Amino acid sequence: MYREQILKKFEPRLDNILYILHDLQDNNPQRYLAREDIEKCATYLNIPFSYVHGVVTFYSMFSLKPRGRYIIRLCESPPCHLMGSESLLEYLKKKLKVDIGETTSDGAFTLELTSCLGICGVAPALMVNEEMVGNLTPERLDAILEERRQGL
Amino acid sequence: MNVMRNHILISIDAGTLMSGARAVEGALVAEIVRQGLDSEVSVLETGSIGITGKGVVLVVYPEGIYYAGVTPGDVPEIVKEHLLKGRPVKRLILTEAPKRVIISKEKTGLLKEQPRIVLRNCGFINPENIEEYIAANGYEAIAKALQTMKPEDVVNEVKASNLLGRGGAGFPTGLKWEFAIKTPGDEKFVICNADEGEPGTFKDRLILEGDPHKLIEGMLLAGYAIRGTRGFVYIRGEYALSIERIEKAIADARKYGLLGNKILESDFNFDIVVMKGAGAYVCGEETALIESLEGKRGHPRIKPPFPINAGLWRKPTLVNNVETLSNIPDIIRNGAAWYRDYGTDKCTGTKVYTILGHVVTPGLVETEMGTTLKDIIFEYGGGIKGGKKFKGALVGGAAGAFLGPDMLDVQMDFVNLREYAAALGSGAILVMDEDTDMVDMLKSVLHFFKHESCGHCAPCRLGTARLVEIIDLIAASQGTMEDINQLLEITKAMKDSSFCPLGQSVNLPVSSAVKYFKDEMTARVKA
Repeated sequence: MYREQILKKFEPRLDNILYILHDLQDNNPQRYLAREDIEKCATYLNIPFSYVHGVVTFYSMFSLKPRGRYIIRLCESPPCHLMGSESLLEYLKKKLKVDIGETTSDGAFTLELTSCLGICGVAPALMVNEEMVGNLTPERLDAILEERRQGL
Repeated sequence: MNVMRNHILISIDAGTLMSGARAVEGALVAEIVRQGLDSEVSVLETGSIGITGKGVVLVVYPEGIYYAGVTPGDVPEIVKEHLLKGRPVKRLILTEAPKRVIISKEKTGLLKEQPRIVLRNCGFINPENIEEYIAANGYEAIAKALQTMKPEDVVNEVKASNLLGRGGAGFPTGLKWEFAIKTPGDEKFVICNADEGEPGTFKDRLILEGDPHKLIEGMLLAGYAIRGTRGFVYIRGEYALSIERIEKAIADARKYGLLGNKILESDFNFDIVVMKGAGAYVCGEETALIESLEGKRGHPRIKPPFPINAGLWRKPTLVNNVETLSNIPDIIRNGAAWYRDYGTDKCTGTKVYTILGHVVTPGLVETEMGTTLKDIIFEYGGGIKGGKKFKGALVGGAAGAFLGPDMLDVQMDFVNLREYAAALGSGAILVMDEDTDMVDMLKSVLHFFKHESCGHCAPCRLGTARLVEIIDLIAASQGTMEDINQLLEITKAMKDSSFCPLGQSVNLPVSSAVKYFKDEMTARVKA
């Protein structure tokens, strides 16, 4: 029922589609857009399912796959690359035992890559859900993961 | 009225929040109350002070002492020693500028001689308080325009200022506005492009976080000048704090009668809404941004028609960058002649740069157009980290150019850099020291383009994929000389045939990397 409440917040106009999709995804416990999310959005805006699906797949912040409680989005743009993000990616993959785009077996973390987050002064950087973290080292990554695990 | 003895400005931006600025702020307020100083010392929030990567940053006025890397644990010492006894806590004072223990605002190497126009208020006012903006001559320009100028006068003033668009292309802003005013239409729109995605660029984020009302005033002036009716700020979905601040600023401006109907009791009606993106670099291209605003996939449109003739919902639409619009209030308030005093003849005013990579003090710099790359890196950026040698810089983001040491003395502005087949672009300066692997950096740039190509046109979709295959080979020492030539040929074809600037611009980093670092590249390929 929460989906109807979200939809009601917005006028049924096409230019609200990104706001609606953001809101649906943020409120989905698995932080993705399920088939039902897309269907509801399409019906509400009176547009085809395929249209909404097309919009969802265009933007990198939307996911069609269920994701973990915490989405880790490591920046891979040149400034972070210069400051060593590539080796941190390898470290994260090994530590979490997942590849890019995958979720840990306990459902805690999803590993993703992102383009520039605009906090290059503290490169290399990543986002955990809405929170930005910079000046990363393997030790800091350990601490970040541990902190989040405790909060589960 | 109670006069405060000290004001402490605490920088609240995405960078300092990450380092725990809220916890420090809370501790500071509590400690000040505990020591009974709350009637003498005030703690104020402000945007970025222009120092990044140094943790939580505070400035104590009237002394103008900068503290960096402050933690809640340091707070009792600062309050007791500095605020009670008047002895600054030396170990926390920002000592980035060499041989200075106490750095006042005027003496800080970092902030010294930065002629600030766009960032004039950043780090000095509380961005969440409209009255502080008003106290800093805010909304004077729109009042002046509404009372004493016709829309055409505003356009002429901007034209006379020679302001060039700060989004990257450097198109004359006044000319764009003139087209807009001449285009007939019952409804016209002003869009602020805040979809800042160029790697290494975060100037627009810091303007939005540090002085959102200035942008609103710039948009109001643009709206008045072109007889626009509505404004839109299209912002990256990742910029949570920017979105929060601009939304609050818009709500406050409405309350003060600065947005809405009959603004300042004139006949001018204008309102602004915020639109949040969802992660697509190509949406920084103005027609792709408009498609996205309309609720579609962010594919670029064919031009012409340009947005100025048929933009949002096919109505005349003016699209300007955050920094461009933030220049407008001071141009109108002080006049075009005042503005032309800054910068070079062809490129007036200042430019906001983000300087990062292997420099001592990465961060935000506003300096006059025409400043050399050397001054920006060594004066403002504090030189190369660890005393190493400068090898090169990637100027203008991923869609910019690699520059070698012989470009250090070149004056940086839109016109001049074009002559060197480089571009000022977004103003990002990524500095690389002598140990940097340039092939690896080019590889990172090309992977970025492959990921961000929207897939709409074949030259860019196929070209970026092929470029990545080739650079991966070269980086793995498996490439040949022919592969290097292929890189150049493909990007040349992409420049000529891609649908939008994304594909067209890949040529710049590739050709400049080959130009300045050819030896390094050929050393990596098989004979």
